[in-house]
Amino acid sequence: VIAELKKRIVQAAYESKEGHIASAFSILDILWVLHNEILRPDDCFILSKGHASLALYAILSLDLSDFAKYGSRLGGHPDRNKAVGVTASTGSLGHGLPMAVGISLARKIKGVTGRVFCVIGDGECNEGSIWEACLLAAHHKLDNLTLIVDYNHSNDKSLSLENLRDKLDSFNFLCLPINGHNHDDIRTGLRYFRKNRPIAVIAETIKGKDCKRMENNPEWHHKIPNAVELTEILEELSCGNN
Amino acid sequence: LRKQLIKTVSDVLERDERVVLLLGDIGVYGFSELAKKFPKRVYNIGICEQASVSLAAGLALEGMIPVFHTIAPFMVERALEQLKDDFGYQGIGGNFISVGASYDYAALGCTHHCPSDVAILKTIPNMEIFIPGHPLEFDKCFRQQYADGRPTYFRLSEQSNAEPHLALMDCIKSGLCGTVLAIGPMLDRTLEACKDLDVTVFYSIHGAPFQGCGLKNIVVVEPCYEGSFAHEFSGLSIGVPRRFLTNYGTAAEHDDACGLTPTDIRAQIMEYFNL
Repeated sequence: VIAELKKRIVQAAYESKEGHIASAFSILDILWVLHNEILRPDDCFILSKGHASLALYAILSLDLSDFAKYGSRLGGHPDRNKAVGVTASTGSLGHGLPMAVGISLARKIKGVTGRVFCVIGDGECNEGSIWEACLLAAHHKLDNLTLIVDYNHSNDKSLSLENLRDKLDSFNFLCLPINGHNHDDIRTGLRYFRKNRPIAVIAETIKGKDCKRMENNPEWHHKIPNAVELTEILEELSCGNN
Repeated sequence: LRKQLIKTVSDVLERDERVVLLLGDIGVYGFSELAKKFPKRVYNIGICEQASVSLAAGLALEGMIPVFHTIAPFMVERALEQLKDDFGYQGIGGNFISVGASYDYAALGCTHHCPSDVAILKTIPNMEIFIPGHPLEFDKCFRQQYADGRPTYFRLSEQSNAEPHLALMDCIKSGLCGTVLAIGPMLDRTLEACKDLDVTVFYSIHGAPFQGCGLKNIVVVEPCYEGSFAHEFSGLSIGVPRRFLTNYGTAAEHDDACGLTPTDIRAQIMEYFNL
């Protein structure tokens, strides 16, 4: 199933000449488990790293045929006023998490149930507003919030996060390091709850997962395959054993 | 105006349980009674303006009505992108009440000045801006607007006029030789300056969306940067329209849609000059 979703994503990016394919592949397993096994009707999900929108659209089974075209409802970053299933419009990094904190706080104020999940990237953790949001989440004891860090090490060479677990731990998050492509791991991490503490699932991931030429290759961060590459990638995904 | 702020916001928060007040570590003493009474809806949110504005957007997405209060530059200049994306672009409602205005904190220097706020916020489509010149004007416009589902900025200043004018746009004095528009707290000094001049003086507290009433070639007296209202009174402006361009596609497609191709520009210039 994951391979089929990846094929749809590559195809859509190829046809529109737009899309962050490798970032989408990085979070696809997480979003799959989240949407199919974890999210309940009163839960909510925010994709803070909006450039991985293709993964979200694919998981939501949205029609990708006009992705990123002028009049499309589905752009390079998700728009809550256009795409069904999108909670928040993101794109500029460092906005989704503090919005998720606001949603979690609102639910505490109103006394309503429902968990709030938010995926951020490790590169996004360079933004100061992420750490402001972490301070706020811990201070207000938002145990209805699960932060998921897509730790694909894309920024190790620019501004490295070093010991991310220690950092989040010191912010009073309950940290769960997992393999972000292992569905059992993901399931366990996303089900975790600890009274009075927000959860941080630190998902070790591979940017461009299952596509060798893309895996951890910065060249493919925002690159679109040509016709030959498309055929090869689709073939590689078909042969994969995911 | 600060006293009125406490009075008005406290009253509205008591009456409407959707209202949540976020203080950027200022005004905490003034709101201490309210915080005691409503600990779940009054927060000293800390000194983190960017996350505070995004957090406010999260509250709004859940049906609450956020009111964020801090000093103008920290709200408008530091958290501008949060105001633009999380409120303007998402099209959700929130209230942003600043203090300090242009240079109420004169002794503290330029870091605490914010003459740019009105001009900057006018660049955010959907943003409503009020510049009250009297405490009662703030009271009226806040009560009218706080729940209207739009992002709304209230520019509070220590400067104030002696008398309130409760219309958004008012003709204060009539004359034959020209028109002067005074904005918010600039009214009294404008009236004093014009007392023996044969000019009409209009008064407005509405920064955006501005109803220009067809006025052209007028003098505007602004409490913020000069020219903050220039766009409303200029001749023809050709450029990117002041709205969110929510389509995708290519830059060329946006040029077409915005009327920024050579053909479009030529047609507009010819029409303007009757060529």
